[in-house]
Amino acid sequence: MLIYFFTAYTPKFVGGTGLLGYAGKVLHVNLTTASSHVKKLDEATAKKYIGGIGLGMKLYWSNSKVGVDPLSSENPFVLAVGPISGTMFPTGGSGHAFVSKSPVTNLLGTSVSRGTFGAEFKRAGYDAVVITGKAEKPSYLWIDDDSIQILDASALWGKSPEEVEDAIRVEIGDFYVRVASIGVAGENLSKIACIVNDRTRVAGRTGLGAVMGSKNLKAIAVRGTMDVSVSKPDEFFSLVKDFHERMKGPAVQKYRTMGSTENLVHLNDMFCVPTRNYNDSHFQLAENIGSSVINERFVVKIIGCNSCAMRCEHEVLVREGIYKDTLTRIEYDSLWAFGPNLGVDRLDVIIKAIERCTYYGLDTQSVGGVIGFIMDCHGKGLLKNNSAAVLLEELGFVPYFGNADVIIPLIEHMAVREGIGDILADGVKVAAEKLGSDGDDVDAFGSLAQHVKGLEATGYDLRCLKTTALSVAVSFRGADHSRSGAFMLDLSGKVDRLKAEVGRGKLVEELEDIYNLIDSFIICKNAKGTLYKDVEDLAKLYSAVTGKEITSEELKLAGQRIETLARLINIREGLTRKDDTLPWKVLNQPITDNNCPTKGQIVTQEELNLMLDDYYTARGWTLKGTPTKKTLQQLELHELKNITITTKKEEG
Amino acid sequence: MVSVHNRKFISADPEKCVGCQICEYACSYSKEKVFNPIKSRIRAVRVNQVANMAVTCRLCEEPACVAACPRNALSQSKENGSILIDKDKCNGCGWCIEACDYGAMMLHPETKTVYTCDLCKDKTEGPQCVKWCPEEALTIVTSDVLAQKARLSAIKKLFNEKP
Repeated sequence: MLIYFFTAYTPKFVGGTGLLGYAGKVLHVNLTTASSHVKKLDEATAKKYIGGIGLGMKLYWSNSKVGVDPLSSENPFVLAVGPISGTMFPTGGSGHAFVSKSPVTNLLGTSVSRGTFGAEFKRAGYDAVVITGKAEKPSYLWIDDDSIQILDASALWGKSPEEVEDAIRVEIGDFYVRVASIGVAGENLSKIACIVNDRTRVAGRTGLGAVMGSKNLKAIAVRGTMDVSVSKPDEFFSLVKDFHERMKGPAVQKYRTMGSTENLVHLNDMFCVPTRNYNDSHFQLAENIGSSVINERFVVKIIGCNSCAMRCEHEVLVREGIYKDTLTRIEYDSLWAFGPNLGVDRLDVIIKAIERCTYYGLDTQSVGGVIGFIMDCHGKGLLKNNSAAVLLEELGFVPYFGNADVIIPLIEHMAVREGIGDILADGVKVAAEKLGSDGDDVDAFGSLAQHVKGLEATGYDLRCLKTTALSVAVSFRGADHSRSGAFMLDLSGKVDRLKAEVGRGKLVEELEDIYNLIDSFIICKNAKGTLYKDVEDLAKLYSAVTGKEITSEELKLAGQRIETLARLINIREGLTRKDDTLPWKVLNQPITDNNCPTKGQIVTQEELNLMLDDYYTARGWTLKGTPTKKTLQQLELHELKNITITTKKEEG
Repeated sequence: MVSVHNRKFISADPEKCVGCQICEYACSYSKEKVFNPIKSRIRAVRVNQVANMAVTCRLCEEPACVAACPRNALSQSKENGSILIDKDKCNGCGWCIEACDYGAMMLHPETKTVYTCDLCKDKTEGPQCVKWCPEEALTIVTSDVLAQKARLSAIKKLFNEKP
């Protein structure tokens, strides 16, 4: 079986047959017809789009129609890994990417998760799977090397991802089956539903859990037993050795020791922690939930993903109180979402909230955004003559900032879409529209919904981090700091974080390109600091694994190509320059805190326009944000140029 | 025969093991030139997030695997106590797998004979899993030294000394 499959596409390798970088195969599964077939992944496409999100976008583009409803059977759902997946390169073994049209932004949605699932999928002999159609009844996809089955998941419906993982392992009778699953929220088509694997690892953003739910696809289970090899072992192992050393060094010390929650203290010292739904930018109670408290009182173990030599996943346990024995993982973004964002300083509640989100399969950042929004609505007195007021009263609690008691019940109501939960379960944008349509307060509600393109804002106050603001405005998947990591420039002082100036566009562009490559290889963003030479390091790695020489310039082009392809997909789905905007408060509500050195800061529309022009120019796009013909030619995307022409016609 | 007191085996410290599976990659590559956990002599086991440990052959005294083999395919090395497998005699019946309490005896997916940790005796730098473990969770050690270490760390804890 093993030899049968791989002699066709990959050369023989010392010690047997093995996957060299790419498996050379894309699996296509149609859930409607319960059928599957394998298509070859040609070398040129692989090199052009690398893997992960890049390859996923390309496969999405090739297999989708314009303007489909994200939650319809017509929306393809792609899972992809990269050329490094399944190897020993530190953090290379762990990642996998999902790509589809996002129900929360109605634009391109991508989300990467880690753990052990991606490596297992690679060993099953695929670079990607494109899932189309809709299963007749709750099902899960069982990929067992070359055996593909769509199995009944009726008994798993209603269960948490962790329960699903355990149940599938028992059903199949193999403890090493890896599972990516949705929770109840995904089943209920919550537009902020996530996909969970390895119990605590989450592809959180852009609501792709709902896409799985809409396909009646409860889970993807995978077991891969094939060999993964590298083309140049000597070079590869010297890279591995080098990166093992780098991962013990200062570049990732934060992650190895205190964890990403350490960000809170730093950001708070610099007055850029969005607090109480962007009403403030400094959380006075931050010390109570700082990383030192977390590590001293809650962390029980730091674990690692497959192949990782730095390990950063901080497992936290609540030891006393009503949430005693809650065990989950904590990162800055989730801590922020339920802490400063809600004015809450109770770690037991924050940890329970994260655990409940993982249990129900909800994105912590979006959920935090929604709860912050409803608290803000209450604070501004907008809920008085509203259906929401009745629903909240029925629950018997008042959602004021700092009221930790409302968080867990709200999450539970959102997961099952009960009462107020039904209004909130699709994110802030939909919630604001629903509540606004009740009266004539559409704008009032809209101004409290902090999102870009429909996706909830994250824990960096963009009013005083202007490079980050640009990166968030142009991010193809909505409000998201992790498409470029531009916050590092602002926070480290490499640029004046309060200034919007020409040049920031280029900086953001370069970072986005590297992040695109990181998410396509796939390696870990937390380990970005160990790429001392950025793209040069990646080029060496690519050649050592695949045996195909690639230059830094070619890789940089690939990074640009991926960003421009994302743009093309979004333009095809109706995106225009006006969608590259910022959360309402970032543009309209200056920082008011008197103690805050950044008092009065805001990103004006003029500043944003200046940076957008600068960014589009750096990208080789027109000032409308459309890639020019020349750029498409440079990026070898000209076969996709019809899209820009069609869009212009539609506009005209 | 090397005395059980002098027999060094691969031990994983559950406090330090993070479940990264690097030992599996190092082992399978070292032995078979491929990355494939099912060809690794050592296996990382994650029961849940906080329960991680790698397991391999313990070089038991009077090993049950050797006793279980009806074809005399297994024997214990007089030199270092590791389990020697005569591939010609082994027919993959799996009795040794059942007999091993640690799951350290495994059936090879291609040769269909059993295999287990041989302590990388062909490598001058010693076991590759130990060499590559980034957490220093793996050591090649005797039971006596393990006991010493455990005693030391318990007493240090008692007197609030740094471990």
